[in-house]
Parts: sequence; structure tokens; C-alpha cells
Amino acid sequence: MATQALTTTVRRQGRALAGTGGRTAALFLVPFFAVFAIAMIAPVIYSLVLSFHSQQKSGLGFGEAKTVFVGLENYVQVFQSETFVEGIARLGLYCLIYIPCMVGGAVVFALLMDATVAKARKLFQLLVFLPHAVPGVIAALIWAYLYTPGISPLVQALQGGGIQINFLDAHMVLPSIVNIGVWEWTGYNVIILFTALQAVPREILEAARVDGAGEIRAAVSIKFPLILPALSVIMLFTIIGTLQLFTEPNIISKATASVTSTWVPNLWAYDAAFIRHNLNQAAAASIIIAGLAAILSLAVTRLSSRMNKS
Amino acid sequence: MSASILSRPRTAPTKPATRRNGFRSNRGSSNRGGGFASKLTVNGLLIIGSAYMVVPVLWLVFASTKNAADLYGTSAYALGNFSLFENIANVAKQDGGLFFRWLGNSVMYAGVGAVFGSLISVMAGYAFDKFQFRWKDSLFGFVLVGVLIPNTATVLPMYLLASLVGMTNTIWAILIPVLCNPFGVYLARVYSASYVPAETLEAARMDGAGPVRSFFSLGLPMMMPGYITIALFQFVGVWNNFMLPLVMLQDQQLLPVSVGISIWQGYSVPQPEFTPMVITGSLLSIIPLLVAFIMLQRFWKSGLTAGSVK
Repeated sequence: MATQALTTTVRRQGRALAGTGGRTAALFLVPFFAVFAIAMIAPVIYSLVLSFHSQQKSGLGFGEAKTVFVGLENYVQVFQSETFVEGIARLGLYCLIYIPCMVGGAVVFALLMDATVAKARKLFQLLVFLPHAVPGVIAALIWAYLYTPGISPLVQALQGGGIQINFLDAHMVLPSIVNIGVWEWTGYNVIILFTALQAVPREILEAARVDGAGEIRAAVSIKFPLILPALSVIMLFTIIGTLQLFTEPNIISKATASVTSTWVPNLWAYDAAFIRHNLNQAAAASIIIAGLAAILSLAVTRLSSRMNKS
Repeated sequence: MSASILSRPRTAPTKPATRRNGFRSNRGSSNRGGGFASKLTVNGLLIIGSAYMVVPVLWLVFASTKNAADLYGTSAYALGNFSLFENIANVAKQDGGLFFRWLGNSVMYAGVGAVFGSLISVMAGYAFDKFQFRWKDSLFGFVLVGVLIPNTATVLPMYLLASLVGMTNTIWAILIPVLCNPFGVYLARVYSASYVPAETLEAARMDGAGPVRSFFSLGLPMMMPGYITIALFQFVGVWNNFMLPLVMLQDQQLLPVSVGISIWQGYSVPQPEFTPMVITGSLLSIIPLLVAFIMLQRFWKSGLTAGSVK
């Protein structure tokens, strides 16, 4: 009795909202955590279980397949698979091209929009955000057509200028898919960065101007450092986003043979589940992708909090 | 916690931003920021950047007015025989109006995710902000981990679990996952902190309103702009989702428009007469989103700010 009364008073001290203890909070939280458990936790746990098992046929391959505990064997097989490792490497290369292009482009565009001489900011904001209202599937479709000779004005114009590019051949298809990602996401991040730029205190910029700093100097040495926190959040979500790469290569793979069915890890996992019918390997691959995301986002948050402190 | 950047929600700095913007545009560029050349460079670059964003969508609009012969035969931005209505009629006729069934499915999936998923998120975010309860920090940590796990990494695990309980190829395989929006919980916590003063709730409690009643009659209306923002983003997220329905659904009657269009794209490889339908269908499927984004500009801008700017 007494301890119960004590804890209630202690709890009430925190914020003076009575009747907001555990039981009421539960009422508000249960719906979310219920769907969270069903849609995220349970699937991951079940996949972990699956990834440690394997279907094995007995004897001569007749009769029912048996589920056997195999430990880490699925993981070993996934990592030994040449196509999976190639997919990871390709994803790495994709990141190396995509992140500088997209984030760099967004920073430059946001700084340009924030320049004193820029006109029609509202219109530009709306225009650059336009691609984000286009679903990934449709964006990939549009670009697939823009890459296809015979239908594409782009290929036609380049040919008119004497340039022959096959956007969908084995060498160009990766940059071509990078371009789709850049098109989809740059504008979205321009808006975030532009809003961050608008929060840069006027007085600092005024002081810099009085001290003789030009527009470009102010952009590089004052505005840019001040939007670094926003930039680190963008980096975090961009890295998580790149690991999701699935829709664009899936659509492009129908237009060209250069994109194989195991082109990136997500396609590999999809292929494992639905073409090769090896659910255990698919589960292991999914766990690897999620683990990779966890490690990378941890690294980015660590790095950025260190940067923000210094 | 792995997500130190995200872990401390802050209020969105929208007010100073608008004030400063107004201040600036009043001053104009006559007394600072350089002359004609820099004005030309900055605005020229902005125009080029925006053109890159807009031209592919414009191409889609032009292409949807052409029939198959003109699509491959005429210059891309020239108007051939104007066949937009014919194309729309063909889209509507195909498989007994299946396309509109797909559109309807997309509206239903995205609508349920937007209305109910966001309500669940808003309730949870409100509780995290306003209530004191045990394990608050670790529970919120779970939410942040949910934000950081890439969607596609949980799609296959979700499929594996759904096939265990026999729920694949039903609408529930889509409707349950779309209710889970951890990022919405994070945003809602930010909105609750900035829109709902604790004093108001305290006053409501004095007047005898319970926490549930004061949420629905005070908290929720005050957070309405935040609720709309979260709902808008969830609507777009579900509308754009490709991998989940692709994996979960086999019955064509249940597909959302994103997967449906990609199936038509598959048909159009051996049968080019499908191409105008893919293009026109793509255009029809993005119009609702474009309208929503233009009408709700105010909301998505504040959403992006609250999510990323510290």
C-alpha cells in the first residue's frame, strides 16, 4: 500500500498531469505497438527462426521435406553466393555514385534558392518537389521509356548531336538507375535543406556581409556549416533508402537484360523466395539486409553526433 | 540509443523562417548580392535544375496523347493525332475496367493507412509526449529502430509470416502493415510537444475531463495540422509501395495500381500496342497525388521541417 502511494507521488512529480500514468498511456500505446509487433517484430523473429533452418529431403529425395536446424549454414551459403556478393558490391557502387550526386545536387540547389538574387522561390520549390509526387514505379517507367531508343526524345536528341549512348547496356545501366534515384529524391531534400537555410539567423549573414564576405563566401563558410545537422539526417535516411533499392531495377529489368534477377540484394532475396523457392535463404538474406541497415545507421548517427559536438 | 539525431524531438522553427523570408524579399536585390550576371547565373541554374525535374513528367503528359504508331513515329513533344481520350477509353476497357479497380484498391489501401494508421501513430506520439510511464525511453527506442529498418527488409519476412498463417493474397496482408508507421509516431511526438500546451490539458482535467476525452476533444483538434501531414505522407507512402503488394498479392482483382501498371509494362514488351496504355495509366495514377500535393503544400512543407530540422 504505502509503496504504491509513494510511487504514484513520485510519478506525479515528473509532470503535473494526473491520470496519465501507465494505464492511460497503455490505452494510447497498445494500438500502435500491436501493429508494430505484427508488422515488424514478429516477421523479423520468424525470419530469424527460418534462417537457422533448412528444408531437407530424406534419402533419395522422395517423401516429405523435413525442416532441420542448420545453424548458420544459410548465412554461409548466402555469403558464398557469387551473385549476392556481386549485388552487395553493386549496391556499394550505387551508393558511391548516388549519394554525392543527390546530396551534392540538393545542397547546391538549396543554396542557389536561398541566394539573395534568386527569384520565384515558391514556384521553384513546387517544381523541384514534383518528382516526389510521382511513385517510384511510375518514375522508373518514365525513365525506362526515356532510355529506350525509338521512343525517347533524349536518345533522339543525343543522336542528332552525334552522340550514341545506349543507356541500358551493361555499363550504363547502373548510372541510369542512379539517375532515376537522383530525380526522385533531390527535390525532396532541397526542400528540407532550404527550410533549414531559412532558419539561419539573419544577423549572422548581415554581419558577414558587413565584414565583406560575398554571397558565395557566405554560402560556403556560414550557411553550409549551419545546415550540417539537417544534412546528417538526410544522409541517414538516404543510406536507409538506398538499401531498399528494389522498385527501379525491378522495372528496368523488364526493359533490358543488363539487370539480372539478382542485381541487388533485395532482388536476390525476392528471387530466392519466389523463383528458387528457398525461403530459408530468402529469410537469411533479409536478415542480412536489415542488419546492414542497422550497422550503417548506427555508424552515421555516431559520426554525425561526433561532428555536431566538435 | 542508436538514433541520437532523432531521439530528441524539437519544435519546428517555422515562424522565424517565414518572417525572415518576408523581410528578405522586401529588401529585394538592388542593394546587395551583385549585379545582372550573378542574377542570371543563379536563376539560370535554378531553371535548368527545375527543368530536369519537370521535363520527364511533361513527356508523360505529351506521350499519353499519342497512339502507338505516333509514339514511335513522331517527335516526342510534337502533338500527333490527339488520342488521349482514345487511350483513356482503352485503359478503361481493358479486362473489364480492371485499371479502375486497381485505382480503387490503391485509394482504399492508402486511405486506410492514412486515416487509421495515422490516428494510431498520433495517439502513440501524444502519449509519448504528454504521459509519464515506465519504460518510456526504451519503448520510444523501439519506435526509432522501426524508423531505421528499411521497409523492404521486412517485406519478405512479413510474407513468410503471412503465408504461415494463410493471410497472403488477402487485403489484410496489405491493410495491417500499412497501419504501422513508426516515423509517424516520431513526428506526432514533435507535433504534440509544439501544438498542445500542457496547461490546456491541465485545465481540462480540472474541469473533470478524463485523458481520453481531453485527447479527442482538445489534443487531437490542436494537432490536426500534424495529423494531416502524417496522413498525407502515409497516403503517399502506401500509394507508392510496390514490393509489399507485389510479394503478397496474386489475385489481380486485389492489386494496387502500382503493381498493376508494372504488369502491363511486362505485357508491353512483347506487345507494343500496350505501351500507350502503360503511359496513359501512369499519368492517370499520378494525378490524384499531384492534386493532393499541390492542395496540401502547407502541410507537407511543415512535415519535412519537423522531421529533419533541429
